[in-house]
Amino acid sequence: MRSRAITEGSRARGGATVNIVLLVICILWAVPTIGILATSFRDSRDIFGSGWWTIFPHRGWVTTGDVHIDDAADVDGPITVEGTTATFEQWREGVEVGHGKRLQWYGNKRTRTLTAQELRWVGFGANLNLDNYQGVLSGGTVKYRDANGDTITRLGNNFSDAVMNSLAVAVPSTLIPILIAAFAAYAFAWMEFPGRKSLFVLVVALLVVPLQIALIPVLRDFTKLKLNGTFLAMWLAHTGFGLPLAVYLLFNYISQLPRDIFESAFLDGATPFNVFVRLVIPLSVPALASFAIFQFLWVWNDYLVALIFLGDKNRVVTSALAAMVGEKGQDWHYLTSGAFLSMVLPLAVFFALQRYFVRGLTAGSVKG
Amino acid sequence: MSLDGRQSVAKPNRLLKSLAFLALLLVTAFVLYGGFALLKNLGSSKILATLFAVVWGIGSVALLYFVLNMGAERLPRRARGILIPLVFAGPALVLLFWFLVLPTLRTLWLSFFDDTSTRFVFLQNFAFAFTNPIMLESFRNNLLWMVFGTIFCVGLGLIIAVLADRSRWEKVYKAIIFMPMAISFVGAGVIWKFVYSYKGEAPGMQEIGLLNALVVAFGGKAHAWLLLGGWNNFLLIAIMVWLQTGYAMVILSSAIKSVPGELLEAARIDGANEPRIFFRVIIPVIQGTLVTVTTTIIIFSLKLFDIVRVMTGGNWGTNVIANEFYMEQFTYGQTGRASAIAIVLLVAIVPVMIYNLRQFAERRAFK
Repeated sequence: MRSRAITEGSRARGGATVNIVLLVICILWAVPTIGILATSFRDSRDIFGSGWWTIFPHRGWVTTGDVHIDDAADVDGPITVEGTTATFEQWREGVEVGHGKRLQWYGNKRTRTLTAQELRWVGFGANLNLDNYQGVLSGGTVKYRDANGDTITRLGNNFSDAVMNSLAVAVPSTLIPILIAAFAAYAFAWMEFPGRKSLFVLVVALLVVPLQIALIPVLRDFTKLKLNGTFLAMWLAHTGFGLPLAVYLLFNYISQLPRDIFESAFLDGATPFNVFVRLVIPLSVPALASFAIFQFLWVWNDYLVALIFLGDKNRVVTSALAAMVGEKGQDWHYLTSGAFLSMVLPLAVFFALQRYFVRGLTAGSVKG
Repeated sequence: MSLDGRQSVAKPNRLLKSLAFLALLLVTAFVLYGGFALLKNLGSSKILATLFAVVWGIGSVALLYFVLNMGAERLPRRARGILIPLVFAGPALVLLFWFLVLPTLRTLWLSFFDDTSTRFVFLQNFAFAFTNPIMLESFRNNLLWMVFGTIFCVGLGLIIAVLADRSRWEKVYKAIIFMPMAISFVGAGVIWKFVYSYKGEAPGMQEIGLLNALVVAFGGKAHAWLLLGGWNNFLLIAIMVWLQTGYAMVILSSAIKSVPGELLEAARIDGANEPRIFFRVIIPVIQGTLVTVTTTIIIFSLKLFDIVRVMTGGNWGTNVIANEFYMEQFTYGQTGRASAIAIVLLVAIVPVMIYNLRQFAERRAFK
């Protein structure tokens, strides 16, 4: 075995084959995301005209100018341009007229315009800009040209508001359950009270309960309390649904803290509240961080809970994005920048705190 | 935290202290209610409203605990012993009952009633859930998701974990595979909409979807993939595999790393080759983790909603149970049927719940 010859410690080191296989898989995994990132910087007209991979250097037709047909010419029959005759359909496909030159009809028949193209190495100076980001973030009117060359003017998607709403939902929905769960985990681990054990068994049972089971009754409660569409409703819902995992994870950690430190604190006359604030919380920071990242990603990326309890009022990024997919399927250029904006924050959190996140996953891999 | 219980130092004026506590209670009530009322009317500045919502939301909860605890600590010793645990565990238990325990019972109750929740129909909704053609289609699709989604997630995750363990660039590979975990299903839906996009037959069309471009480049014909019965389910499952393989990989990878080095060394000295070591040494050691990862992904695929909702809306033969639940309740207003579907979902998950409880009892983590 070749691999044994390069054994390092007890772990076998793979050769080139291992790396090639992994590289292929990683490229497969990364390409869809790269595609949307590349698309989000492209001009709204280019997005519909060609695939995003064309922004990389390749040999392709380059537009060198326009040819206008005078208004008298009949565009319904065969059309003659620069000595070549073809039907409108053929012109739309593009017709080579010699000398490495190609003419292609631009947009619909009414434009009476053909673009002249030449085959060259292209993609070095791709037409990239931030217009899609501007358009999707804006709450005012936006203008862009669609694939047919028409200028479209309409209201922006106001994605910046959606980002703010997402923050207003996600930050408290992360911190509130942590606080509540830490108190409860401490009580379960270090306090005596009737029903302690059976209540904790209930927490474990609730870990895998599907959300769907709770949605209708909770929605009725929120309607009665006039909470629908408020941030408070979202905080309550996410706290309620996130608590089983939070209590379970934090219990596992807090119950492992050494008994001695509590005893000496109590001997010094500290109250349970003091012990909790001064000892338990600071000592549990790794566990709290693990759950915080887990819950933040969960809440930020949640769509179902937001769809039901927040509705169209105070849209968060996921529902704003989903609405764009549904209502305005033709505005793909905004969809790409919106999708990427929705990923920036979770990706940043994720890469910065990956270690804690992985630890949280391995500790509580039973989330329902 | 300068206010907290130092009452053992001196007992000056009991009345004054009681008054102070009462004042604090009033302030708390004011902050809680006033903040909520203010938040409802704070529509003008988004940034201000967001900031206020965050500070108020978290501050109120902290304040609530502080005041409740202060009240409990003022009580005589015996009452304190009961009330302080109640203050600590109570809020969590109240929320668990309000948001999970009672809703489960209420949903069960609702599932025996008609769409207006007034007429008792007993098992009629369950008859619908098990005979309606769309429900049957959803069951079939969920089965596809569970079988193929799980096999590919766990299989690929395991392969990548084993391979990455042997590479110098392990961290880079793992980060790339794991990255989709941070992306929302809706975001993933948009990403894959571009991969599967189809422009149509019109002249001069250049396919802008990666899949169609590849198919055309290899001489095939472009298709509207998401409308293609049979295929579309697997293309949607691919999205889940893309999202969740990282999860399986990370958990399995940490399990593989915990395989004792001496064990591998001993196997190699005995002349076992790498595949043999993998199947005879590594797999048995990580078996428990494999079961956990598999069940987690099975549960996940059972409750799957967002991907289907965003990509196809459940059309063209891609419906799943969770989407049908949503449709029954929020599109057709069939509360009874939706409740019955939710109960069916829960019942499907009960075996996992029992398994979890057994594992928990065996670990004896609870003293």
